[in-house]
Amino acid sequence: MEGPQVQLVVTCLVDALAPQVGRATLAVLENSGCRVDFPEGQTCCGQPAFNVGLTGQAREMAAHTLDVLDATEGPIVVPSGSCAQMIVHHYAELFEGTDRAEQAGRVAERTRELTQFLVDDLGADITASCDGCSVAYLYSCHGLRGLGLEAQADRLLESVDRVDLDGDKECCGFGGLFSVEMPAISAAIMDEKLDRVEASGAETLVGGDVSCLMHLEGGLRRRGSKVVVRHIAELLAGGDE
Amino acid sequence: MSQPVNFVTRADALLGSKEAAAVVKGIRHFTDARDRAAAEFPIMEELRDRARAIRLHSLSHLDRLLGHFADQVTALGGTVHFAADADEANRIVAGILEQTGSRLVVKSKSMVSEEIELNDHLEGIGVEVVETDLGEFIVQLAGDTPSHIIAPVLHMTRQDVGGLFAEKLGVEYTDDPTELNEIARVHLREIFLKADAGISGVNMAIAETGSVVLVTNEGNGRLTTTAPRVHIALMGMERIVSRWEDAAVVLEVLARSATGQRLSVYTSVTTGPRREDDPDGPEETHVVVIDNGRSEILGGPTAEILACIRCGACLNVCPVFRTVGGHAYGTVYSGPIGSIVTPGLHGLEPWWELPYASTLCGACEEVCPIRIQIPSMLLHLRERAASEGRLPGWLNRGMSRYARTTTDPQKWRRATKWASRLSAPLATRGWLRRIPGPGRGWTKYRDLPRPASESFSEWWRNNRES
Repeated sequence: MEGPQVQLVVTCLVDALAPQVGRATLAVLENSGCRVDFPEGQTCCGQPAFNVGLTGQAREMAAHTLDVLDATEGPIVVPSGSCAQMIVHHYAELFEGTDRAEQAGRVAERTRELTQFLVDDLGADITASCDGCSVAYLYSCHGLRGLGLEAQADRLLESVDRVDLDGDKECCGFGGLFSVEMPAISAAIMDEKLDRVEASGAETLVGGDVSCLMHLEGGLRRRGSKVVVRHIAELLAGGDE
Repeated sequence: MSQPVNFVTRADALLGSKEAAAVVKGIRHFTDARDRAAAEFPIMEELRDRARAIRLHSLSHLDRLLGHFADQVTALGGTVHFAADADEANRIVAGILEQTGSRLVVKSKSMVSEEIELNDHLEGIGVEVVETDLGEFIVQLAGDTPSHIIAPVLHMTRQDVGGLFAEKLGVEYTDDPTELNEIARVHLREIFLKADAGISGVNMAIAETGSVVLVTNEGNGRLTTTAPRVHIALMGMERIVSRWEDAAVVLEVLARSATGQRLSVYTSVTTGPRREDDPDGPEETHVVVIDNGRSEILGGPTAEILACIRCGACLNVCPVFRTVGGHAYGTVYSGPIGSIVTPGLHGLEPWWELPYASTLCGACEEVCPIRIQIPSMLLHLRERAASEGRLPGWLNRGMSRYARTTTDPQKWRRATKWASRLSAPLATRGWLRRIPGPGRGWTKYRDLPRPASESFSEWWRNNRES
């Protein structure tokens, strides 16, 4: 089955810190029959600046991203609920009443988080695999509450040995630059989360946002935990990336 | 408001403390109860929409509603006072107490009295003030401040309370909640009978009848408003609704969101002073309507925060509040709502840090019975703080540099390459254990992945571009 032409936006963090997640996302999309293009010139959606209140800089980054994406066609797929909701919801606020408002609307309309695109738009017959390991899934806040994503990951993870994670819809304490500005509080929230992850008995912690995941993986490594952290795209790609 | 301001310093000191542990332990009770109550009530979501509409309607007709309310109270024989700020409110209350010869005052359930620091003021003029809500009574006895909108002693354990009662009231130590309750009850009952005046807060004022509503789970609220000769109700000027029908909707969502109850144990209504055929009630009633910065908020982009009904649900689900507790926020209004109310009432200086005390996870907005867009307002206040130049230099400079880099793909490509090269010697198997500069806080608690030697875009160019 021939799927649509899609535009892959990997996010700044995946690009620089977790390229394997970008390759996994690419593999999942291609395995699902999509023709994938990677718009040249993409960098950062501007969320870090937006969230600390530096709106002028956020607007510059968002304008750049809009120009890159508006020159392309088809669904824009992002392996991050947080960055996707930045484009979907906050670009409209940033450019309200400006001559970019229409452009922001066009791009927002086309933008999808990865699991949302796979399940809701593509109806892809695809499931995750984890070589028999047990999986705890953490719903990231912006995907969950910003985009209403919950059932999508549940559906994709039906095929794995999933364990209950207490508080799996509660924040992990990352919060973007919050984790740098108020690191002790961020880490205390993280520690409670990691206690629960370890108590869940899961061998693998899975999520849909590299940002939250690298915060949690960094914490797990620091406490010498054996729990492995993976982005959901990596489970969906199987070994195929 | 009297505490030194620095959220991070206060919060960091509370992390891992006995007080924070008590908050963690206590708060689950509230969130579980709220979730159960919302789930079992089929029209909860619909009532939330209605409650929101009612509160927003009140805010946009505040002048008319307050005018009508004042007329009704006056017609009933009560007196309404308008106070522009905390000083004026304190002077008005002091004046009433002086005129009525009141020396002993019982108090119940008033956040706004904490806001204006009424107790300090009254004690300064020789009036004895006794808090009668169990939680507030404990706080007063301990010389402490409340740490939660509806559970002022969330930060204390029953052992703490047992120790405090033994020390201050000269009773035998017990940590049995029923016995502790009884001790407070016996102690307070005598004071109620001797008190000259009662001061209460107001959950809602009803314009059409000139009534004030007080929502409590303890009988002391009703005693405060009826037993003494004089009753003074203190209300923030936003606490008004048009009609009883509206109040009913708000009460439905208030109790469920606050404690998971269908209705609070007491919903006390005071409509003017004692009438001739009333068996009891105060001879004099006063309502003090307090502005104290609310008009400022009302005219600005965070006006919606005044629709808050003070249920505390946003505190209970906030990952930051749950971790540090209410005292970190420095005023009586803590948690997400406090981070908007406090800078609104008292200015961004020195309270600009509070809007940053959030991960923007959105849990607050999800449970808010009035669907107040809390994260949006936090972002708005952050924008104001940033535009006023309050952010640390490293963040301003760093973000400017980041914006220049990310708006130029060539620069971005070079920057990721350099970041990878520079971090290589510091990394162990792809992770950094310690980095210098502003990011050192991150690596104090967790490892940081090293920038990849081949970024995704570079990989794409090498493997996919023809």
